[in-house]
Amino acid sequence: MHIVVCVKQVPETGNCKIDPVTHTLVREGVAAIVNPFDMYAIEEGLRLKARLGTGRVTVISMGPRQAESALREAIAMGADDAVLISDRAFAGSDTWATSYTLAKAIEKFGNVRLILCGKQATDGDTAQVGPGIAAHLNIPQITYVRKIETLETNRIVAQRALEEGNETVESSLPCLLTVIKEINEPRIPSLKGKMNAKKAVIPVWTAADLGCDPALIGLEGSPTRVVRIFAPPVRSGGEIYTGEPQETVPRLIEKLKDTLALIAR
Amino acid sequence: MKPPIRIDPEICTQCGACIPVCPFAAMSERPGEPPAIDLEKCTLCGACAQTCPVEAITIEKKEKTVAASQDDQDVWVYAEWNGKEFQHVTFELLGKARELADKLNQRVGAILFAHPITDAMTRPLIEAGADYVLAADHPDLAAYQDERYAQVLRHLSAAHKPAVILYGATTIGRSLAARVAVPLRAGLTADCTGLDIEPETNLLLQTRPAFGGNIMACIKTPNARPQMATVRPKVMKQRPGDPTRQGKVLLQTLHDALLYSKARRIGFEPQNAFKVNLADADIIVSGGRGLQKAENFALIRELADVLGAAVGASRAAVDADWIPYAHQVGQTGKTVCPKIYIAVGISGQIQHLAGMQSSDIIVAINRDPDAPIFKHASFGIVGDLFQVVPLLTRELKKLLTK
Ligand SMILES: Cc1cc2nc3c(=O)[nH]c(=O)nc-3n(C[C@H](O)[C@H](O)[C@H](O)COP(=O)(O)OP(=O)(O)OC[C@H]3O[C@@H](n4cnc5c(N)ncnc54)[C@H](O)[C@@H]3O)c2cc1C
Ligand SMILES: Nc1ncnc2c1ncn2[C@@H]1O[C@H](COP(=O)(O)O)[C@@H](O)[C@H]1O
Repeated sequence: MHIVVCVKQVPETGNCKIDPVTHTLVREGVAAIVNPFDMYAIEEGLRLKARLGTGRVTVISMGPRQAESALREAIAMGADDAVLISDRAFAGSDTWATSYTLAKAIEKFGNVRLILCGKQATDGDTAQVGPGIAAHLNIPQITYVRKIETLETNRIVAQRALEEGNETVESSLPCLLTVIKEINEPRIPSLKGKMNAKKAVIPVWTAADLGCDPALIGLEGSPTRVVRIFAPPVRSGGEIYTGEPQETVPRLIEKLKDTLALIAR
Repeated sequence: MKPPIRIDPEICTQCGACIPVCPFAAMSERPGEPPAIDLEKCTLCGACAQTCPVEAITIEKKEKTVAASQDDQDVWVYAEWNGKEFQHVTFELLGKARELADKLNQRVGAILFAHPITDAMTRPLIEAGADYVLAADHPDLAAYQDERYAQVLRHLSAAHKPAVILYGATTIGRSLAARVAVPLRAGLTADCTGLDIEPETNLLLQTRPAFGGNIMACIKTPNARPQMATVRPKVMKQRPGDPTRQGKVLLQTLHDALLYSKARRIGFEPQNAFKVNLADADIIVSGGRGLQKAENFALIRELADVLGAAVGASRAAVDADWIPYAHQVGQTGKTVCPKIYIAVGISGQIQHLAGMQSSDIIVAINRDPDAPIFKHASFGIVGDLFQVVPLLTRELKKLLTK
């Protein structure tokens, strides 16, 4: 079974700071990492292949050349191969154009049976690309998956986490899943994996390779436009109480009283 | 191919103002020349063009400025019915939709898929601001299912051409909207915290946090319809319902082909252990590693009970198996925005903050005065949670049962 995992390279949030003068994200020297949710998607791909005893796990990423390092990390974990989808023409893509482009890449492989995505990327936080790919390919989707119960040649049963509880969904293949953290614990790459990652040749597919419609990629293919970027309103400094709980607790309650009364109404 | 962003060397004064404002670090200084733009990093967001004091930067947006077309009418709200009740965000959205539609001089439509659909379901939607309810009542729509719901909504949108469709940024809203946007070739903005109408163009202005709340972006969909957005629960104010409001219920007949689906729901297991619906809660009490062991979560639950609050947790508490993952707040958990967020024994690492920093009031209880959470707290108590929390619970109980 051919499984494709979509991964995105994102800046490490732990290091993201806002420049106090310009109010923009400080990116200098900020490490790029594999989107945390995509680590679970990679791991699940590898586990499913092991469960089936056969198959191929391919990781793909759309992004600038440096996104190649994210793909190497996936190969180090055990992915069979990787493709970087990169072209200047993709600049400015929103989730519509991104999911179109990734869908074109998945189509190019031929017989992909299962596509795994992370729940969302930590930079854009949209959770739209996975369902977008499924819609472009016109295949079913199961989002927020916490457990895969059954995987057969033509059938999958998975559990997804909704607000009120866990739902079990059965689907034919091909199918696209987005996964959450609960699904597994990603492995640490082995030494052999790291060697493979170093040696791996990662092809780059461009818009022309994918046969993309130029009107549907990049900025032109994107219905949304970012018109402005600004810093969030700053929180005014808070009040911090120290001392005996007999003193601090009533002071806190005094502050919360009005809001609590409003909520109770 | 001509690059879509250019700096006119004749106009550019090489002042460098644009370099630090680029959120994507795509611009760099070049001696004696306008800054270089790394097109691989550039997302054409326009922050540089906005900053440039001499307007030397142009971004080719190939926009055929479409005046809001007469064909595209009305503001729709996807009414999220879970089989027993509406998600609270539905009513928040109807209030907002009413405000937007009044500015546009258009109507508000509520979209309801369920089975059976009763008056008791449609009435509250009208009272909350809908002028009509487009109701699709069919056994196959009794429970949410991505493909069917998306196909039916796509069909209704293509037939009626709304200008705007709003969804709650819930698990279901986000899965559905993304699936509808593709075949409609609609723009879709995720997890908005602000919505307005731009007066000159009648376009929907959508504001949303990105990068875990570190920056805000304002987004428009100039050329495509409908303009779609998912909206973060608890951010829009719900308006009181008006029992005198009149509206129509328009029952839709559906072609069988629309209900075709390759996936189906085969089971559901509700989670009642304790209230998990973090997105819908006005108050959340969260516990972290400071609680030391699973049993001590009882302290959090008791406080939450007194307040009618939901229970959240840091990743450290979830990873230690003290509480299920559904309660995790933060970058790899849920994003929440309650009126009051109480963080107990949580240090406030950036990944946790990413999920809760837009809460109205943040309360921190931590024994370490240098814990980063205090920098983000509206109110904080430095102290031992094992003393502070039981006392707080007792005092609040006295106050609230009065
Ligand atoms: C990719 C990635 C994703 C992540 N996603 C998330 C996420 O979604 N959510 C999340 O929460 N974290 C996330 N994290 C982890 C995050 O970095 C922190 O490790 C985590 O939030 C710490 O949890 P904590 O505050 O409970 O524990 P700690 O950092 O250990 O803090 C415990 C706090 O309790 C206080 N304390 C101890 N005893 C007492 C007492 N008796 N009374 C009062 N105070 C006391 C201590 O002073 C301390 O400040 C992520 C990390 C990574 C790398
Ligand atoms: N540029 C990209 N390349 C590959 N996969 C992506 C890309 N963007 C998003 N994805 C996938 O889609 C998921 C959701 O991303 P998003 O919709 O941006 O929150 C991610 O977890 C990835 O699996």
